[in-house]
Amino acid sequence: MPTRWFGERIPRNEDPRLLTGRGMYVDDVRRPGTLHAAFYRSPHAHARILRIATDQAKALPGVVAVVTAQDLPERIRGPLPKLIPHPALVHHKTQVALAGEVVRHVGEPIALVVAESRYIAEDALELIDVEFEVLPAAVDLEAAAKPGAPRVHADMADNIAAHHIQRAGNVEEAFAKAPHVFRERFTMDRGSSSPIETRGVVAEWDPRSHQLTVWDSTQAPIRIRNYLSDLLGLPQANVRVIAPDIGGGFGPKIMMCYPEEISIPWAAMMLERPVKWIEDRREHFVATNHERLQIHDAEIAVDTDGRILGVRTTYLHDCGAYCAYGLTVPIVSGTTLPGPYKIPNYHAEYRAVFANKTQTSPYRGAGRPHGVFVMERLMDRVARELGIDRAEVRRRNFIQPHEFPYDLGGLIYQDGVRLVYDSGNYPEVFRKTMDHIGYADWAAQKARYRREGRRVGLGFAFYVEGTGIGPYEGCRITVEPSGKVYVATSVGTQGQGHYTSFAQIVADALGTDVRDVIVTTGDSGAFGWGTGTFASRAAVVAGNAVALAAGAVRQKTLQVAATLLEARGDDLELAEGKVFVRGVPGRAVMLGQVAAAANPLRGVIPQEWEGPGLEATRYFAPPSGAFAAGCHAALVEVDTETGLIRFLRYVVVHDCGPVINPMILEGQVRGGVAQGIGNAFYEKLVYDEQGQLLTQTFMDYLLPTVAEVPPVEVDHVETPSPLNPLGIKGAGEAGVIPVPALVASALDDALSEEGVRITEMPLSPSRLREILREAQTAPTPA
Amino acid sequence: MKPAPFRYVAPRSVDETLALLAEHGAEGKILAGGQSLVPLLNMRLARPQVIVDINGIRSLAYIRRKDDHLHVGALTRQRAVEESATVRRQVPLLWEAIRFVGHPQIRTRGTVGGSLAHADPSAELPAVAAALDAELVVRSPSGERALSPGEFFAGYLTTALEPTDLLTEIRFPLLPERTGTAFVEVARRHGDFALVGVAAVVRRSDGTIAEARLAFTGVGPGPVRARGAEGRLAGSAGTSRVFADAAREAAARLDPESEIHATAQYRRDVAATLARRALELAWQRSGGRTR
Amino acid sequence: MNGDPAHTTPAQAPARVPARRKRRLREPQSALTIRFTVNGETVERTVEVRKTLADFLREDLGLTGTHLGCEHGVCGACTGLLNGEPVRSCLLFAVQAAGAGIETVESLAPGEGLHPVQAAFREHHGLQCGFCTPGFLMSAVALLRDHTVPTDEQILETLGGHLCRCTGYQGIVEAVRAAARTWQR
Repeated sequence: MPTRWFGERIPRNEDPRLLTGRGMYVDDVRRPGTLHAAFYRSPHAHARILRIATDQAKALPGVVAVVTAQDLPERIRGPLPKLIPHPALVHHKTQVALAGEVVRHVGEPIALVVAESRYIAEDALELIDVEFEVLPAAVDLEAAAKPGAPRVHADMADNIAAHHIQRAGNVEEAFAKAPHVFRERFTMDRGSSSPIETRGVVAEWDPRSHQLTVWDSTQAPIRIRNYLSDLLGLPQANVRVIAPDIGGGFGPKIMMCYPEEISIPWAAMMLERPVKWIEDRREHFVATNHERLQIHDAEIAVDTDGRILGVRTTYLHDCGAYCAYGLTVPIVSGTTLPGPYKIPNYHAEYRAVFANKTQTSPYRGAGRPHGVFVMERLMDRVARELGIDRAEVRRRNFIQPHEFPYDLGGLIYQDGVRLVYDSGNYPEVFRKTMDHIGYADWAAQKARYRREGRRVGLGFAFYVEGTGIGPYEGCRITVEPSGKVYVATSVGTQGQGHYTSFAQIVADALGTDVRDVIVTTGDSGAFGWGTGTFASRAAVVAGNAVALAAGAVRQKTLQVAATLLEARGDDLELAEGKVFVRGVPGRAVMLGQVAAAANPLRGVIPQEWEGPGLEATRYFAPPSGAFAAGCHAALVEVDTETGLIRFLRYVVVHDCGPVINPMILEGQVRGGVAQGIGNAFYEKLVYDEQGQLLTQTFMDYLLPTVAEVPPVEVDHVETPSPLNPLGIKGAGEAGVIPVPALVASALDDALSEEGVRITEMPLSPSRLREILREAQTAPTPA
Repeated sequence: MKPAPFRYVAPRSVDETLALLAEHGAEGKILAGGQSLVPLLNMRLARPQVIVDINGIRSLAYIRRKDDHLHVGALTRQRAVEESATVRRQVPLLWEAIRFVGHPQIRTRGTVGGSLAHADPSAELPAVAAALDAELVVRSPSGERALSPGEFFAGYLTTALEPTDLLTEIRFPLLPERTGTAFVEVARRHGDFALVGVAAVVRRSDGTIAEARLAFTGVGPGPVRARGAEGRLAGSAGTSRVFADAAREAAARLDPESEIHATAQYRRDVAATLARRALELAWQRSGGRTR
Repeated sequence: MNGDPAHTTPAQAPARVPARRKRRLREPQSALTIRFTVNGETVERTVEVRKTLADFLREDLGLTGTHLGCEHGVCGACTGLLNGEPVRSCLLFAVQAAGAGIETVESLAPGEGLHPVQAAFREHHGLQCGFCTPGFLMSAVALLRDHTVPTDEQILETLGGHLCRCTGYQGIVEAVRAAARTWQR
């Protein structure tokens, strides 16, 4: 048993269950008498609903109910909750549970069928007849942003949901005086997070106890509990939302209040039978939120040495048909873009635009890949134009270790707090990365490849990642007389290893084996206050709440044990599940005995015990986010004849402060890189001009397989955050963020002879060949 | 994604299958490996009334050499082809190509006959059949006939098979000495259908090409033989230049379509590249050295 | 053997064959009673013919370790073994398993403890959310039964038939390599 669990590479507590098929995912929830739901979804991107005929569907044997908007009670018939309001978001449009008048994207639910099996429910969908008046659709982002475009929402004058500007310094002056200004347009297209488990909801209503229980594949069960309570008119205490094992989240399973998250619980109440809805993969592609499409016009002003004088970006953000979640993605893009560089003058301005496509909301990275893509592409451009080495141009602009906390001049981050980097050591992260990839002798190596007829490029990209934002998370820790420690936290978990990393924190504080710490996450019945798992915040915010609660239980353990052992609390130690007098291991009580003593049958509970039992609840509310950083570098080989690419090496150096479990951290990073590779070269959601999604299967939307993802070498720098007791920073999104920028940089390098300059993502072999051809036929710049 | 209702029957013999197909006509659908059909059923894009599951007809699964052909039963699993030393030795082109079909977990069920009868325009096996001039043996109530690939493949997802027909066997001619073959393809990911695939056969006579055959997949409604280029290659010297020119000529005559994964121009360009690579590889394997 | 009449019987009495029909053709059915073994135990059930093997395992037998990720044969989460070979259980109808032997993830370590392949996945962090994991495990077990010392090419070829969205695959590859060494077959 290690003396300290924090920092140990230990296998996970949750694995045996998941490995033996004993996981409990939403679709594994079996309640007696369960009915199965399916949705009739809009086949049109934009249409008025004239008539819905459900009689035939209702008459099909095995069908229990067919529900349309008019059957819903008033309180859930209107627009669903607005999640994160923002002053700039003047048109905060949200979905309805079932569309009754207008549909605004393909896949929007119109009717709900509940039947004895999913098979029958799908049979019934074919018997529903809806008459539509098809309306013109706004599909292309730039076209949708123009005046006169088809309007997604009839009560708006155009499709602009928000127009928002953030500034630092005086950009106009900086650009006017700058010796060099370089402009570029950058595009990143739509993608889907595509967890292997789709979404799902199972709801059960007990009419006697008025208790609603909902199993929901959500990243934020407590918030869903709160919304359900409000929408269904039930006390919060009568609604329990459980996020059991979740088969991957990556953002879109956040507390979205998706239509199905409301209509399924309501149907269970109405029918007084459990109802299960499991999204199928084709539904997932149109009914679960997307992300990523933004078009950035950007320019950078530099002096003759390549020092940044100012950066300006004006961009369009694609909301899809609604923007329930708010403006997180475009805000994060604008506030991530400055990255590790000193940018005295900065202007970020975007318009968030509605279009007749599936709604967007944060997907792992959440606007950061865009910001990093724009900034790192601009830095490469500066290096190329000024003839300065691209590593050197970065070194000249890095924020230095002594300059923290570093204020970005008045930008406001997604949490509504002034953007100030808490800590970091960017030059060191960069140096380590360049050493690992062998940048110093890259020119010679590249020439060697070239002599062999191979086109290999070295790419790298640096990012700073805001993590661990508030408002808060909580934790309750209870030691039972068995000596086992039970930990209940407010966040949900989707594979990040919280059952283990939180247990490591607790085991250190209480001197127990990590396997004796049993963590519960994602059950509003076990812990009722919290926000959720997103924005790389669970380890930071909930982790520190866990540490605070564990510290409180430790204090109490010492107090109670001091009485039992007739010793001073200061003289006691906790280890191996026991409390003992320092230096006298024989004078000991088991932790479980202390727990029993803290909950006596007779006698008094001393005031300083705070309450009965070895139990404490604590909350952690960080003043602002903690800023992690990292650099990725890779060697990418291009077959110019086929446009295929292959990674020869991939290196990540990451700084998220002290690491709780390096194995888990490296897994997070590697998984993120794989998703980033998808974003860069494989995964693209393609709509046609009518707003039909053409990529609605895994045959067309291409998730990388083991053949496309290289081994990733991971190294660390540890700069603690001063903003939380554990000093940690989040790591959930680190892997994905810089990959598009890195791939672009590597391709530019590999194809430098042709003068290729990558400004868009994702690519494909076909598109890469096109870009190559365009570069070869382009007139050489003067 | 659950299939619409259908009725199911699992015949025990070819004769019974033919009788069932005759009985249910266009309402019936043969289920072989199911790796293409069942996704379509699950998505309700195919809705046969009657599924005729031929997986129980063991007599349709075999690999055997007979005279100068390798006979492969239509129900032979792709995995069995991949693991067959006979195939690897006798029809290396088929062996090489079959490893591009899906993934091992698909090939354990997917059948040789099923892939050919499905006739996906990006599938590998139709191009192999075309390049090898395989015979496709079809049984119908009126008897048995052997079709050439040109007769069998009739267009996008379409073959000469009538609803009452059953593809029972594919006969691959064994190639003479000093013949090399190669199958190369480009796909978005390993295991995906080809964006472009090429099967090449080259027979050598000392330093010259005695005969060459070239078949493409992914660039037309079905497999495409490049007969013009083949004619030009015959009798030429086996040089890089000759292969490159022939490949370009063959590709120039293709008329592929643009779709979300690749433009027509990409397909044509890459067809030229892959044809060149396939020809050179086949030439090397025939024992020739490229100059 | 698939479709062996000894293992499939019409669930209801077949509709009376019209007298005018000469040939005695098998009548297509909407439901069949099938018999086969699942994880070593004989199972006999009546099942609608359109029900996939995956749904049958999960719903009728409660073997929820087999997961559905795409229902069109790409993701591999539903992979189980049919007569020892990895297959997509979303692309098979339950009736097609008549007479066959099926293995699911639940069979690997029936009691406490882990199968060596499972243990290697844990040791090498070959899983995060765990949803795709059962499919990977079954393919890996089939591979390692057939090949005591698999090549890296064989490992990658096998794992290439599965999608994982969490791990980036590295831990899975390392786990299978390690299991080849640790599993005493």
